[in-house]
Amino acid sequence: MTRFVLKRLGLGVLVVLGVVVLTFLIARVIPGDPAVTYAGPHATPAAIAHARQVLHLDKPVIVQLLDYIKGVVEGNWGTSYRTKQPVLSNIGTALPASIELVVAGMLIAVLIGLPLGVLSARFASRAPDLGVRVVAVVGVSMPVFWLALIMQRVFSGSLHWLPAAGQYNANLYYTHPLTSYTNIPVLDALLTGNWAVLGSALSHLVLPALVVAAYPAGLIARMVRASLLDTLAESHVRMVRSLGFGERALFTRFALRPALNPVVQVVALVFAYSLANTFLVEAVFDWAGLGSYAANSLQALDTPAVMGVTLVVAVTYVVLNLIVDIVQALIDPRIRIQ
Amino acid sequence: MTAVGIGAGRARGVLRRLGHELARNPTLTVGAVVLAIVVVVAIFAPLLAPDPTDAGNATHPLSVLQAPSSAHPFGTDELGRDLLTRVMYGGRTSLQIVVEVLAIAAAIGIPLGLIAGYFGGAVDQVIMRVTDIFLAFPALLLSLAIASVFTPSVGHMILAIAVTWWPWYTRLVRGEAASVVRRPYVESSRTLGVSHARIVARHVLPNAATPVLVQISMDAGGVLLVSAAISFLGLGAQDPTPEWGLMVSQGASYFSTQWWYATFPGIAILITAMAFNLIGDGLRERLDPKRVLSR
Repeated sequence: MTRFVLKRLGLGVLVVLGVVVLTFLIARVIPGDPAVTYAGPHATPAAIAHARQVLHLDKPVIVQLLDYIKGVVEGNWGTSYRTKQPVLSNIGTALPASIELVVAGMLIAVLIGLPLGVLSARFASRAPDLGVRVVAVVGVSMPVFWLALIMQRVFSGSLHWLPAAGQYNANLYYTHPLTSYTNIPVLDALLTGNWAVLGSALSHLVLPALVVAAYPAGLIARMVRASLLDTLAESHVRMVRSLGFGERALFTRFALRPALNPVVQVVALVFAYSLANTFLVEAVFDWAGLGSYAANSLQALDTPAVMGVTLVVAVTYVVLNLIVDIVQALIDPRIRIQ
Repeated sequence: MTAVGIGAGRARGVLRRLGHELARNPTLTVGAVVLAIVVVVAIFAPLLAPDPTDAGNATHPLSVLQAPSSAHPFGTDELGRDLLTRVMYGGRTSLQIVVEVLAIAAAIGIPLGLIAGYFGGAVDQVIMRVTDIFLAFPALLLSLAIASVFTPSVGHMILAIAVTWWPWYTRLVRGEAASVVRRPYVESSRTLGVSHARIVARHVLPNAATPVLVQISMDAGGVLLVSAAISFLGLGAQDPTPEWGLMVSQGASYFSTQWWYATFPGIAILITAMAFNLIGDGLRERLDPKRVLSR
């Protein structure tokens, strides 16, 4: 087991290093001149030359690469062209709000996708199955940015059920000031017992979280269905059935747990996918997270910021993958031998 | 019986088999019918569209942002262009993007996978570690990062997505190739002096073809959604190119008062992505029932 963990860790480190090199390569092939972008429009030649020195563009590429890797490791991720602040501190400020959104979205996705998948497998090839499969295919085919606009327009614009944008009601800044520990309003409000903000923050969270949940919910429903049907065909389930256990016991006690193993993996991996999807959702809901930061940086051609966000999401993906692999190897010894 | 008669009989047989197949696999049928409609509308857009010049940068100052009517079933945009025309032409852009991305990705990914799986050893290690790095990024993220360093255009967006997409095919083909190589008939071909190229072409590639075909069909919807998202964020198609993601983003600023502008292009994305996904599901059920959903 130790050997398996060490080997996976080693591969993980290698991939992270490759990810750093790849983001560096992408940033290097800019057709324009980063120094010109950095110095801004109407810059004098002297200002551009200065920018070139600041950005170390006068050194050989391999030295720049090594500097870049060293910087990434030491926490110096460059300065955003747009905000003129260190990229890492910008990301640190923005990331918690996105994690809040994605965690809420994943919770909704599991709460919707899991029962739908079980229902679908229980009534395979009958009406409920057909219904669930249609819903799931709509979920995975949905352009999230469009869904965000429609939900906002319908539930906020027309019906006035939920707030349109922001993380909580701005009027509460003065009446119920929130002490920020985590930059996650829901969590901060819980920690400080600020119920007014908590209520407002939760109601602001519903719409964007539902939009983030659409794709994972569809995916989870499909995965649970496929996995359950596979498990139901296995001999241990057939034996349980022949022993006279009812369908309900079959599903809840014998088939569901082994069927959930691949689903756990998908939930972890789709987390990073949803983090990238917040690029499309946060701008619509004016959610001050990583997605808004990324969308603004993309539009401003702010390369250091874009590469910083790319790096954070990719590393999250690699780390989650690693954790899933190790946890699954702990549970299921067969995986270690592969 | 004449040769023509035999040909017609065979054609009838093929049609009957096809009809049989479609009836047995409703997922595939529904997907194929919807996609066929999208393709026909896209191909014949110049004949079907109310005003083909609106696919470009025509302006009609007197009919700006009009609600859907019999003259403009999908309404008009801020330049007065007919949105039905632009949605129809948008199908051309999207289908072109999907086909080209998948073709480029397959052209890079399949040969690399064959090489890695067939030869194994150090070559295999290097190729697979590189694919690991690419697969560490969600597709949307890496394509956005690459698209962001080029001047935004459909062509650059196609490249950016294709560069992120090939590793899936490399990984898939490598697995198939590696399993075929160990079979005795490949070994005996080698001892008989058959060349590597011939073995790969005659034995390895045909074995990998079905899973790759299934995977490509399952990926088409994903490519469509990623390309629409990139255009939505302003890094893909640029006005006056009719592209659905771009149109949703242009319509977003008018959405509270002019609902139709962003609505119809979005529905077009949803329907086309659904058609692709249904075809992918249907083909998988039919050709490759053992593969589970992995993405």
